[in-house]
Amino acid sequence: MRFEPVHKTPAVRTEQIILFRSSNQIFAISSASVQEVRSVDSLAGASMDIDEAGVPKVRHLLKRGERSVYVVNAALHFGLRPSPAALIFLLRKTRVGLLIDGIEKMTTMTRLQALSPAFCHEERVWYRGLTVLDQNVIPVVNPQGFLTEQELLQLDAAAGAVLEAPAACAPEVGLTP
Amino acid sequence: MRTGSGIDTVSWAEQLDARSCVLLRLGDRRFALAADQVSELVAPSRMFRFAHRTPGIDGVILRRGRVVPVCDIAERLIGKRLTSRRYYLISKRRQEAATDWIALPVSGDCELIQADLTAAGPSDSPHVAAWLSHDGEVIEVLNLGALTPGMEPMEGGAGSAALPEAQA
Repeated sequence: MRFEPVHKTPAVRTEQIILFRSSNQIFAISSASVQEVRSVDSLAGASMDIDEAGVPKVRHLLKRGERSVYVVNAALHFGLRPSPAALIFLLRKTRVGLLIDGIEKMTTMTRLQALSPAFCHEERVWYRGLTVLDQNVIPVVNPQGFLTEQELLQLDAAAGAVLEAPAACAPEVGLTP
Repeated sequence: MRTGSGIDTVSWAEQLDARSCVLLRLGDRRFALAADQVSELVAPSRMFRFAHRTPGIDGVILRRGRVVPVCDIAERLIGKRLTSRRYYLISKRRQEAATDWIALPVSGDCELIQADLTAAGPSDSPHVAAWLSHDGEVIEVLNLGALTPGMEPMEGGAGSAALPEAQA
């Protein structure tokens, strides 16, 4: 007697995401790409100012061991009106800390839609795609899309000057990895 | 006969016999689209906006579970954006083997007609794929590839138009 194989409905693939606010707009980021969430206040003494004219969205850097992590202002990155920021996402596998207004909530998404080819400028690097949550369309950011290689080179050059400055500048404080 | 890349080569006569077209209204003027570029006409719905840098895209709408970008072509065609209640004409853009959808705000109802088409000439604007005559009015058949962003320019300036330019 031959039994027909049972075809199981494939489980819906979900991804944990964090909804965050920047300048009154909502964005999503994969939870897995966020290593730490820190308040601006908790990092106030650990950051150093950096002034690279070619990358105005970065005004601070953090030292994490031997690496420099650049704090990207999300509102400036997306071309939005600057707003008071309270949190920093330290992103995995990047040298970026993302300065945001706040976290809306954590949730899951089941479907990521690719950006239409009609979008043909920087947003194709900014976003992984779009998701629909509670009948709202939310852009899902690409953690690798906040700083280009060129911007990193510029920032590293500027950071070198900052770190070699005399001790009169703010002291380095190593952060726990 | 010159054709853009990605367009099947067919005879000039076959392309320019009677074609189904959809008439659309932008303000006081009427334009046309090849019927095979039109998916549906939908009532106004909520438009979602998010940060981006592509000029000409206002936002997106949700339609049948798909996120469709909204592109107001009225400003380029009649010199001003549509401000009155408007529908969205969901149109299909084809390039090579890919198809994507774009929502065009229009002023009112659309009409499906059969009309003989005259191919655009070299002196016509890039957004004109062809011309037709209807009810005593000469109407531009639009080339979506020239009016909406994200379409690579094709030979002869036809963009994604299904109608090839004719050689004299």
